[in-house]
Amino acid sequence: MSTTTADEHHDDHHPSGIMRWITTTNHKDIGTLYLWFSFIMFFIGGFMALIIRTELFEPGMQFVDPQFFNSMTTMHAIVMIFGVVMPAFTGLANWLIPLMIGATDMALPRMNNWSFWILPFAFAMMLSTLFMDGGGPAGGWTLYPPLVLQTGDAFPFVIFAIHFMGMSSIMGAINVVATILNMRAPGMTLMKMPLFVWTWLITAYLLIAVMPVLAGGVTMLLTDKFFETSFFNAAGGGDPVLFQHIFWFFGHPEVYILILPSFGVISSIIPTFARKPLFGYSSMVYATASIAFLSFIVWAHHMFTVGMPLAGELFFMLATMLIAVPTGVKVFNWVCTMWRGAMTFETPMLFAIAFIILFTIGGFSGLMLAITPADFQYHDTYFVVAHFHYVLVPGSIFAIIAAVYYWLPKWTGHMYSEFWGKTHFWLSTIFVNITFFPMHFVGLAGMPRRIPDYALQFSDYNQIATIGAFGFGFAQIIFLGLVIATIRGGVKATDRVWEGAEGLEWTLSSPPPYHSFTTPPNVKGEWNWFTHQHYETVKTRS
Amino acid sequence: MINANRKSASKLFVVAIAMFGFGYALVPLYDLLCDITGLNGKSDTVTQQQQPVDFTVDESRTITVEFVTNLNQGMAWDFKPEIAKMQVHPGKAYQTSFFVNNKTMRSMVGQAVPSVAPYAAANHFIKTECFCFTDQLLEAGETMEMPVVFLINPALPEHVKTVTLSYTYFDVSNTADNKMINLKTI
Ligand code: HEM
Ligand SMILES: [Cu+2]
Repeated sequence: MSTTTADEHHDDHHPSGIMRWITTTNHKDIGTLYLWFSFIMFFIGGFMALIIRTELFEPGMQFVDPQFFNSMTTMHAIVMIFGVVMPAFTGLANWLIPLMIGATDMALPRMNNWSFWILPFAFAMMLSTLFMDGGGPAGGWTLYPPLVLQTGDAFPFVIFAIHFMGMSSIMGAINVVATILNMRAPGMTLMKMPLFVWTWLITAYLLIAVMPVLAGGVTMLLTDKFFETSFFNAAGGGDPVLFQHIFWFFGHPEVYILILPSFGVISSIIPTFARKPLFGYSSMVYATASIAFLSFIVWAHHMFTVGMPLAGELFFMLATMLIAVPTGVKVFNWVCTMWRGAMTFETPMLFAIAFIILFTIGGFSGLMLAITPADFQYHDTYFVVAHFHYVLVPGSIFAIIAAVYYWLPKWTGHMYSEFWGKTHFWLSTIFVNITFFPMHFVGLAGMPRRIPDYALQFSDYNQIATIGAFGFGFAQIIFLGLVIATIRGGVKATDRVWEGAEGLEWTLSSPPPYHSFTTPPNVKGEWNWFTHQHYETVKTRS
Repeated sequence: MINANRKSASKLFVVAIAMFGFGYALVPLYDLLCDITGLNGKSDTVTQQQQPVDFTVDESRTITVEFVTNLNQGMAWDFKPEIAKMQVHPGKAYQTSFFVNNKTMRSMVGQAVPSVAPYAAANHFIKTECFCFTDQLLEAGETMEMPVVFLINPALPEHVKTVTLSYTYFDVSNTADNKMINLKTI
């Protein structure tokens, strides 16, 4: 997105060409780098998904050998989680948080540069393991021992790549927290911050709390394999189940790391196109905080079948179900925001509405999985695959896409093509359901996950899912084309871009100057775009 | 501002490092929890040699004890119990045997890891003699009979009628301590 150079008036000298991107400490440049990195990884991870779906088009072994198939499921997950969703959110944070809170830049610009540039190396290392002796990791992204310890030469590279990804996201998170705590414009109290900023603040704390635990867990795997420790080796007095506890102590907060920033995105978009202030701002903040808190005490719902005492099963079942309450509060507030609003359906709004509906379906299947006795049947079947794809694809990914459509005119100074945006939306929404809805049925009927072959009776639904996956994949090429076209040119965007948009980022030019707010904006007084009071002032203004 | 940022960052780095430590602290915490509850079927009474205890034998209760043997992946020994199950009274000591045979052409060291199910029985299953307290060195083709002496604490919860004692044999020939043995026997 070279358009950020459009503003040539800044006074400090900086290198041009490739060196500009390598040495940059500018939050917009780094945001752009993160977003492009994520976009590229999205196509790599998507390509892996299509290999999986191609093999599953028919029962029997068709195209790839089982070992490679399993390394595809493993790599697809690692790429999508650590390479797509997390960097995309960090990219959005970099671009938007300083603009939203009235800061010049991120708090720690040099560290910002580091936390991005570690990532391409980490993923180059991770992806290179596919070409090593013994192939890439194939034991699933959950890296359960003892299976994962059978990985060939790739094993130490996988672990170090995960270490680097972890370091990158911890540094990114520390930067976000420092920025939000120290760099807010005068008068921007915590309870005036846009929800995107709030959800990211909470996400950043989650990251700082759990990424190191994952780093510890994978380090134990490494020493078990090479230095004769026995953390997870029963022969030496260890216990493989311990790894599952450590992993999911990280893993469950991690799934909220993957969704909380999207809650912030949706909370920004819905009020704009409903032309109403967000319903229940403070309950949104408290709901986000409760979700984050609860996410630390539900991890064992991923391990109901390992053999826990009844009290443990009950505790984790009930705690998990409790999370549905604050999540429900959020969905309720979004719907109330739209209620009787003067709605229009531009592309970001379409993606946001689809998010609300489809994410809720994922939440419901999550509740079904939370029922311990039922989970004994659902666990490790395609039903779980359906659940987490509903929360992650039309959930996190749709929110990221919605965010790109919503802020792209601000970033580039050009409007995107509404026609292609809507085409992209409808194709994505139709195909995402064709892909993932049938997985509920085969899952309930007992089709296990992570297998290259399956019983004959599952064929029909698998064929439907494969067709959907290809449709969804190709629809994303439209998105790529649209983004490139919008960067290159298009109708000039206004500063406000959207009629109903509220917030500091819309007070800057489109595209914003290279250094955002050189003099901090004054947000003192009754200025608060979330209160009804402010809504009145907007109405009188327009 | 810059100072405030540095301060926030260093505080947060300390939190991150502490959480790395917390990951490791989960290991002893987990062991402790398992020991108290018998959760993973591996309480001290099962994995470590206990002194014989004099309980009053409860003739009114009969418990079925099942013996299960497993081999870890790549372990090329034969391993089976003398009998598959026996009826016992809580409080009384019993003896049974297990057999292993090293089917390979080289000497190997094996380590058996015990586990008791259901987990509620783990803390009440007491072993005064077991081959799993040490590892075994078997020459190529060698067979060994290994006794186990155990008793069940009469405090075993009422609802437990069957207790399963299972062993998994691991090949530990290549761990640091045993490499020496390997070298000597080659
Ligand atoms: C109402 C909220 C939710 C509930 C009650 C819930 C519940 C569950 C349960 C019980 C499982 C374990 C199923 C099994 O393995 O047998 C599970 C798996 C999973 N969930 Fe959720 N979930 C919720 C929301 C989410 C969200 C928001 C995300 C991410 C954005 C998510 C991502 C995942 C993933 C990735 C897995 C599978 C992990 C794996 O085994 O690979 N869930 N969920
Ligand atoms: Cu979970």
